[in-house]
Amino acid sequence: MEKPVMVDVRDVTMEFNMSSYKVDSLKEYFIRLMKHELFFKSFLALDGVSFQVRKGDVLGLIGLNGSGKSTMLKIISGIMKPTKGSATAYGTISPLIELGAGFDADLTARENIYLNGSILGYSRQFMDSVFDEIVDFSELHNFLDIPIKNFSSGMQARLGFAIATVVKPDILIVDEVLAVGDFKFQEKCEKRIRELMSNETTVIIVSHSIEQIESLCNKVLWLNKGKVVKYGDALAICDEYKNA
Amino acid sequence: MLKAYIETFQKYKYLLENLIMRDIKVKYRRSVLGVAWSLLNPLLMMFILSAVFSRVFRYEIENFPLYLIIGQILFSFFNESTSSAIFSIVEASSLIKKVYIPKYIFPLEKVLFGFVNLIFSIPAVVVMMLFYRVPFNLSMLTIFLPLLTLLLFAIGFSLIISALCVFFRDLKHLYSVLITAWMYLTPIIYPMSALEGSWIWYVARINPLTWYVESFRNALIYGTMPDLLSCWVCIGYGVVFTLVGLLSFKKLQDKFILYV
Repeated sequence: MEKPVMVDVRDVTMEFNMSSYKVDSLKEYFIRLMKHELFFKSFLALDGVSFQVRKGDVLGLIGLNGSGKSTMLKIISGIMKPTKGSATAYGTISPLIELGAGFDADLTARENIYLNGSILGYSRQFMDSVFDEIVDFSELHNFLDIPIKNFSSGMQARLGFAIATVVKPDILIVDEVLAVGDFKFQEKCEKRIRELMSNETTVIIVSHSIEQIESLCNKVLWLNKGKVVKYGDALAICDEYKNA
Repeated sequence: MLKAYIETFQKYKYLLENLIMRDIKVKYRRSVLGVAWSLLNPLLMMFILSAVFSRVFRYEIENFPLYLIIGQILFSFFNESTSSAIFSIVEASSLIKKVYIPKYIFPLEKVLFGFVNLIFSIPAVVVMMLFYRVPFNLSMLTIFLPLLTLLLFAIGFSLIISALCVFFRDLKHLYSVLITAWMYLTPIIYPMSALEGSWIWYVARINPLTWYVESFRNALIYGTMPDLLSCWVCIGYGVVFTLVGLLSFKKLQDKFILYV
């Protein structure tokens, strides 16, 4: 029996209006309007992409810079709306926020745990119940009441990862975050992701490390200039990608 | 449809609380007097302004310092909340790019934070009322009307300007000029009667802030029940701006991500 579909991407096209100069001030807008320089260049970041991710799959997105990987992740997590097509996610999504994005440097680690949790949409009761687990995983027991600005980037990354993965989400989205921290922390992250996988969490990973993709993923989506090159079994496609 | 919006708001209410708490903590952390500053600030400003302007002006305003401080705390609420709301979405760009969050949370949070500060500074007004022995009057309870409708007006206005500022960043600079002009067109230090006979009078009359400040004063200083007209104007500006703000924000928000 096939497992249920968790992410259903149908014919997604994302078009950006890339003006040759980015106009983001009134002054510039009027100057260009007067000079008749307000033309827009459209740019297809994604072009008719369709695929499905099933429960328990670990999908890796690969492709060169600018192939549309991050745009795809943003569309799946609801941050961007596609110009055409639809992307539906069935279940709770937890994005692994890049280092520091959800933190306030002036607040202590304790306060940041609650702030970050609420950014991800969790309630106070839930955060209370998982607080100890987050602290244990990030190993920051002695630093809880210190403002985050005094933390090293590795400590911040540990905290961020601990908060994002404490939830057992239905879908976990990981965008290049695993490339931070020392090798021990990376190992720990990989272990956590494997744990989540055994819990039937669906994981979507973007990484430039093809080794990481090979070791973690069972499915791979290979994008090039916004189009799907190949979608399917991880090992075979990774081999092809390395030789391409 | 509406139900879905309310559910999302429920989900992110805790985030809103957390963000307000963060702003409060960051503002008052490492200040010895802490929240007392919200009280001292308007009082000190009032001393300076009343010392200067009671000499400059010819018109007699009864209890001038009290008159002044009311206009002042209401205006500085509007000034602080809208001036920080205008850039709130651009500032939150690193978050907006990574996680789905309803974006109206950011300007809304700034206005609510400003409102909390306004509440903190209300004791300053009470101090002045006690000082001038203004008799207690039941109509004082009606200050909730201008207070809450002013909050609505500020929220609606902030939604509009914060959304526009995503596309035109220099609005922020333009707004700082505008807000100064706005202050002079609001009867904070002078009475409305001072403008009579000039076209400026009409401008000040249309100015929503004039209505809020006057209703507030009428209730607290003069102890009169609000007249029907000012009730409707206060409610009208509040509700209309909130609706226009919500609708225009909703229309623009999907494009934010392409510009932040």
